[in-house]
Amino acid sequence: MTPLHMFAEVVIGGLMTGLMYSLVALGFVLIYKASTAFNFAQGAMVFFAALTLVGFTELGVPFWFALVLTVGVMILLGVATERFVMRPLVGQHEITLFMATIGLAFVIEGLAQLLWGVEVRRMDLGIPDVPIEWFLTNTGLLITQFDFFAATVAAVLVATLAIVFSRTKVGRGLRAVADDHAAALAVGLPLQRIWMMVWAVAGIIALVAGMLWASRAGVQFALVFLALKALPVLIIGGFTSVPGVIVAGLLVGVAERMFEVYVGSPILGGGTEAWFPFIFAILFLLVRPEGLFGEKIIRRV
Amino acid sequence: MFYRQTGNFSASYAQDARIFPLALDRVALLVLLAFAVLVVPNVASHWMLMAILVPWLVLSLAAMGQNIITGYTGQLSIGSAGFMAVGAFACFNFMLRIDGMPFLVAVVLSGLTAALVGVAFGLPSLRIRGLYLAVATLAAQFFIVWMLENVGWFTNNDPAGVMTAQPMVILGFHFDTPAEKYLLVLAIVGVLALAAKNMARSNIGRSWMAVRDMDVAAEVVGFRLMRTKLLAFAISSFYCGVAGALFAFAYLGTVEPSAFSILLSFQILFMVIIGGLATILGSFLGAAFILLLPIFLANFFHFVTGGVFDQALLSAFEVMLFGAFIIFFLIVEPHGLARLWQVAKERLRLWPFPH
Amino acid sequence: MAKRRIGDVILKVENISLAFGGVKALTDVSFDVRECEIRAIIGPNGAGKSSMLNVINGVYHPQQGRITLRGEVRRRMDTHRAAEQGIARTFQNIALFKGMSVLDNVMTGRNLQMRSNFLLQVLWWGPAQREDMEQRHKAEEVIEFLGIQHVRKTPVARLPYGLQKRVELARALAAEPQILLLDEPMAGMSVEEKQDMCRFILGVNEQFGTTIVLIEHDMGVVMDISDRVVVLDYGRKIGDGTPDAVRNDQAVIDAYLGVAH
Repeated sequence: MTPLHMFAEVVIGGLMTGLMYSLVALGFVLIYKASTAFNFAQGAMVFFAALTLVGFTELGVPFWFALVLTVGVMILLGVATERFVMRPLVGQHEITLFMATIGLAFVIEGLAQLLWGVEVRRMDLGIPDVPIEWFLTNTGLLITQFDFFAATVAAVLVATLAIVFSRTKVGRGLRAVADDHAAALAVGLPLQRIWMMVWAVAGIIALVAGMLWASRAGVQFALVFLALKALPVLIIGGFTSVPGVIVAGLLVGVAERMFEVYVGSPILGGGTEAWFPFIFAILFLLVRPEGLFGEKIIRRV
Repeated sequence: MFYRQTGNFSASYAQDARIFPLALDRVALLVLLAFAVLVVPNVASHWMLMAILVPWLVLSLAAMGQNIITGYTGQLSIGSAGFMAVGAFACFNFMLRIDGMPFLVAVVLSGLTAALVGVAFGLPSLRIRGLYLAVATLAAQFFIVWMLENVGWFTNNDPAGVMTAQPMVILGFHFDTPAEKYLLVLAIVGVLALAAKNMARSNIGRSWMAVRDMDVAAEVVGFRLMRTKLLAFAISSFYCGVAGALFAFAYLGTVEPSAFSILLSFQILFMVIIGGLATILGSFLGAAFILLLPIFLANFFHFVTGGVFDQALLSAFEVMLFGAFIIFFLIVEPHGLARLWQVAKERLRLWPFPH
Repeated sequence: MAKRRIGDVILKVENISLAFGGVKALTDVSFDVRECEIRAIIGPNGAGKSSMLNVINGVYHPQQGRITLRGEVRRRMDTHRAAEQGIARTFQNIALFKGMSVLDNVMTGRNLQMRSNFLLQVLWWGPAQREDMEQRHKAEEVIEFLGIQHVRKTPVARLPYGLQKRVELARALAAEPQILLLDEPMAGMSVEEKQDMCRFILGVNEQFGTTIVLIEHDMGVVMDISDRVVVLDYGRKIGDGTPDAVRNDQAVIDAYLGVAH
């Protein structure tokens, strides 16, 4: 394999991972846009969603029905979160909300394991992780069917969200709510309903991310730490920008992979993925504090 | 009617600024200290000392560090375990590589090392506000643990990566029994707690709280934002570093990176949230809560189910409960157990009258 | 009433222009302030009055223009420098430290006067303790001057609006400023509260010779207590002079004051 080939594969591998990061980060952006709350529990939700889906199928429920059920559960979870955690804390300091979502993350993790047990599970979506012939023969690159599937799903999801946000009434309402709660209320937007919807959608995104990620890595507790990786992505992409988060996720994925393959493994002993995205984000921030696409914050005093 | 504030006038500003203005409080504290120093080492069991009291004191110290940066200065940091690791390994290396290094000096030096590392990671926060700092401290946490695991120099190239902590010797006196370790830790933590309280009530403390409450106004009033934040980082990391050294040397007996994982960082954060942000008492109460809850839960389940339960399920339940408590305290009593304690004391002040 | 002597120009802003993105807050504004005088800035909402104070104070940095403070010319002011040079201010929306008590808030105003070093503060010993007590003494003087002794230990978040405004003024005064910038100090106050506040402001000006720059909407107050007035409208200066002169200026009447019918 030529160095160019290896490079291309590293990049593609990085893009795939990055896509996962973007997907999870998307859930964050959604909630942040609507309520300026940073939902630390997004990673836990991914874990919970994946585990629930697998749990249902293990109980004998047919796949598609299990999927529907899981979607229902995630919506319920989202609604409950909004009602019992976010609503009582409306108007509080941003940091307070963040800490509450940390608590929420722990609740969801514990609940997931309490309900479905602690063994590692496999997620089988029926799409084989087999290289696509066409790519292999024409370009010599290894892209599996699953890669392609994941990329498509993610792209569709992102596109849908982008359209919803900018074109529909609901999307406009969401942006209004994000800008100013009181003003949104004043013009009659149903604040609570919008928030519930946002959290429910975040839950669904978590499910999709969970399904895709777990197919590769299995349903295990480590999924929770996915949330932490999404943080650098958010920072680089800007907390409020959907396109920013996509680009940032891909960027982080590729950078992380390249660093590990070219520097981490040979020179530093490996395992650099644990911290590279974070350091990368900090360095990026020193240069551009508001991220790639985030809004410059102007403070009026 | 004995515990009252009426008739208790301060005749000078110095009197008014005392940590414990009520005479009864001062007496109670002295009694408590006497008890802690004289009675406890002699009657407490090995388990009580080594599994409860020593870790409680050490974790309280780490919680104090966390409180300084998060409670007083309002900067969210999720890397305290990482700085504890720096302290532990620094202490080990100072003792290892410098002949005749006194233990206390090593502890102070490890605190300073941790402070330097803390400042290095804290520098980004100067340009960016809010949640971004949480990421910088997460970076610190993961990077530090990775460094300690992968760079052989820190572990003296030990293949297992786990080293035994050297014995603690001060002026020729060996601290090896549980009671001796307990007293040493008590002394160090006590001194640092007093220092923290002094900082909190002086100009330094006010500068931190001003930055927390409204940094623009703090600047207008003349506080230097950069210096204030960096000082908070440095001191917070110092406390975590010393706590880390004590954690390894007085509690675990070993020095290993895995003891200082991200989970510990979260636990320390929880300690200050539940205990009470921006209070020294809260650091102690929160540490006790987090330390004792799993033990309490285990005993409770044992009692209820007659000894038959799945450890993994219990852990999951414990995790859930912690999260639930966090949410509960943030919603219901954001000032934590310390405020509940204060409210109780105020009721006591009025007792036996209702109001 | 002791007649204070109005001195030379102590603060001058020239050709200040300030914009946020596309929004022009201030365009080419120039005026000066004399030592010991009470200078009012008036104008309709959104005229840029608070922005002007923020520029003087260093909270905002103008794209164009100069600020001259006691002869020293600068392109922009730095908040810390402003505080060190004796400028203190209050804010329209009360910028108190909500997590602290009244006394602590006022004490923060004294921080620039504190010299004692870190280690001694940690030990709360000797010079550090003495200095804290001295500053406490000074802070108490200000607290007494403004009549808020009875709430000194109360967390400011619990106080009613009028008292909070007084605490903010106390914090500004505690710094012993030479120039005091007040942003709508009487907003939302009852007639009695306004009279009290007027008394405080005049008292500060007469007793300590503090120069005062004051944004205010209440015309009665402005005409009564100010020596000179600047009028802003849509970020531009449209009037500058004594209260009487400004009151009769046609441009000002058209833009803001209106005519009594």
